[in-house]
Amino acid sequence: MSRVALRPTRGIPPLAWSALGAAALLAVPILIRYGAPGSERYYLHILIQILIWSFIYTGWSLMGRFGLTSLGHGAFTGIGAYTTVLLWNVAGLSPWLGIPVGIGLATAAALLVAYPCFSLRITGHYFALMTLALTEFVRLCIVGWRDYTGGSLGTQPQRAPGGVSITALQFEPDRVLSYYIALALWALGLWMWLRVDRSMDRYALDAASQDEEAAASVGVDVTREKLKITGLSAAMCALGGAVYGQYQMYIGPDTIAGLGVSLNIVFGTIAGGLSVLLGPTVGAVFTQLLSEVLRVAVQGSGLTAQLGSAALALDTAIYGALLIFFIIYMPKGILGTILEARRRRRAGAP
Amino acid sequence: MDCQLDIFFLEAILNGVLLAGLLALLALGLNLVFGVIDVVWICYAELVMIGMYAIFYAYTGGVPFPLAALLGILAVAATGALLHWVVIRPVLDQPPINQLLVTGGVLFFLQAVATMAFGIEFRSLGIRLGSTGFADMTFAWSRILAFVVALAGMLALWIFLSRTFLGTAIRAIAQDRQIMPLMGVDASRIYLVTSAVGGGLAGLGAVLMVLQYDIYPQIGLQFGPLIFMICVLGGLGSMAGGFVAAFLISQFIAVGGSCMATEWGYAVAFLFFMVAIFIRPQGLFGVRG
Repeated sequence: MSRVALRPTRGIPPLAWSALGAAALLAVPILIRYGAPGSERYYLHILIQILIWSFIYTGWSLMGRFGLTSLGHGAFTGIGAYTTVLLWNVAGLSPWLGIPVGIGLATAAALLVAYPCFSLRITGHYFALMTLALTEFVRLCIVGWRDYTGGSLGTQPQRAPGGVSITALQFEPDRVLSYYIALALWALGLWMWLRVDRSMDRYALDAASQDEEAAASVGVDVTREKLKITGLSAAMCALGGAVYGQYQMYIGPDTIAGLGVSLNIVFGTIAGGLSVLLGPTVGAVFTQLLSEVLRVAVQGSGLTAQLGSAALALDTAIYGALLIFFIIYMPKGILGTILEARRRRRAGAP
Repeated sequence: MDCQLDIFFLEAILNGVLLAGLLALLALGLNLVFGVIDVVWICYAELVMIGMYAIFYAYTGGVPFPLAALLGILAVAATGALLHWVVIRPVLDQPPINQLLVTGGVLFFLQAVATMAFGIEFRSLGIRLGSTGFADMTFAWSRILAFVVALAGMLALWIFLSRTFLGTAIRAIAQDRQIMPLMGVDASRIYLVTSAVGGGLAGLGAVLMVLQYDIYPQIGLQFGPLIFMICVLGGLGSMAGGFVAAFLISQFIAVGGSCMATEWGYAVAFLFFMVAIFIRPQGLFGVRG
């Protein structure tokens, strides 16, 4: 079957550029060590956060790009993180086993909610609100189970002696190691995206997202295709959530689960670009740097003295305003808009 | 779990009924906007929060409560109209999900602005209406008042929609978005009025909530998801459905909350919602489009 006739994928950089980029990313810790020795840990921390969230955003974009707007991914990151930490704290089970269990649970939850949704053709608003209910349900369970989860205060994985531990999968004290782990995770996310993008499933889902009945009439098992991508997407977000918890050494119902996380995932992805390979990454860079730059700027200025801790909300206010702006004027996101403008210029059209 | 079928169980059920009136009123505003404009305001609960702060500052600034309440309702109605004009109108031609997401941006924005302007402290109006007793059960007057006013508000909306020209035009637009503009109905004006009325209902909800609950910037996240759930369960756009769904959901919260920890009442309500939608995807009173 010829795939050339179908819509070609855009936004994948050529191989030479990819190799150059990979080399640069691998060299980052060395550059930081000699470039900014005083604040090595700080810069690496920001990069690690960007990479982990990029992975989670990429996981969401796998289904988001096909019109499956889920607000349930805050539930999946939460299930991944909490299962891993609780199994370690309560049962002493290593995260090497806990993470797969968490991924399994998150995928099961995703399929359990998604199957009736897809077979009953619950789409659009209704799908978004159904998955929102799942997010709330999981958050409430976390808060309600406070004897184990620490309720709304959150909890910490018990520290393994010695700081860095292979069996406990704790790597936070060694920022360079953490960076490479996050980088590997991010690369895994891009690889997954490319695999989906080059599979037949992608064309089936593309067709289904445009016209479900027409796709079904040419032999696409719409429900099955949607379930496959939903399961994969949920599994990736659970893994991302678990790794995030292991790195932060703290999990809370509002930092890794809940509606706020779901909305952040959706918005980060849309701000960067929903249907291009590096769109979610650009979104994560944008949102993380935005909040970091604003936080530093606010602390440096006199605003904190005037407004007190309330000044910390300034970054969220600007973030919210920018999201409104993006969806109204740049629905393709930062990278999507740039790539389209470049393509138009090449084609010579105005 | 310690649940007994005693007088306190009855008290919980009746408190659930009182809560249902408030939730039904809140769901009504969201349903009206969805039914007419086909947009889900994810930031709906944040509009209520803005109204609560408006009433709080007006009242503590010396304005008598009834006037402060009226100011609050007008402020939220204006915010609703502004929300439609500035944020929704430019995305009306975009995919529906973008309209839902753009109001999510408004949610973050309003929450953060409220945090900056009003601080993170819990604030309370300081009005105590006391409570009344009946056969070992106690009911707060603020809840009874909320129930009565919510019912009156719903009745007023019904009269507006069925007896006035503008209301008839709103219902007509909700039924057929394509035809009505050809009949000389100015759709953009109807949308604006609907947004203002939806905002006004949120403002009325704020008046009733400010008497019962403390105000803080994140309060919207506490009951926002609940209102969406009620709307979807009743059938998005169906006002009668939202009314019945509010009574069902509030029973889970009130009775569940009295038997177990509060969160479990909510958790069971969300579980019930998901199962109910799988059995009846269009909602209780919804029509499948």
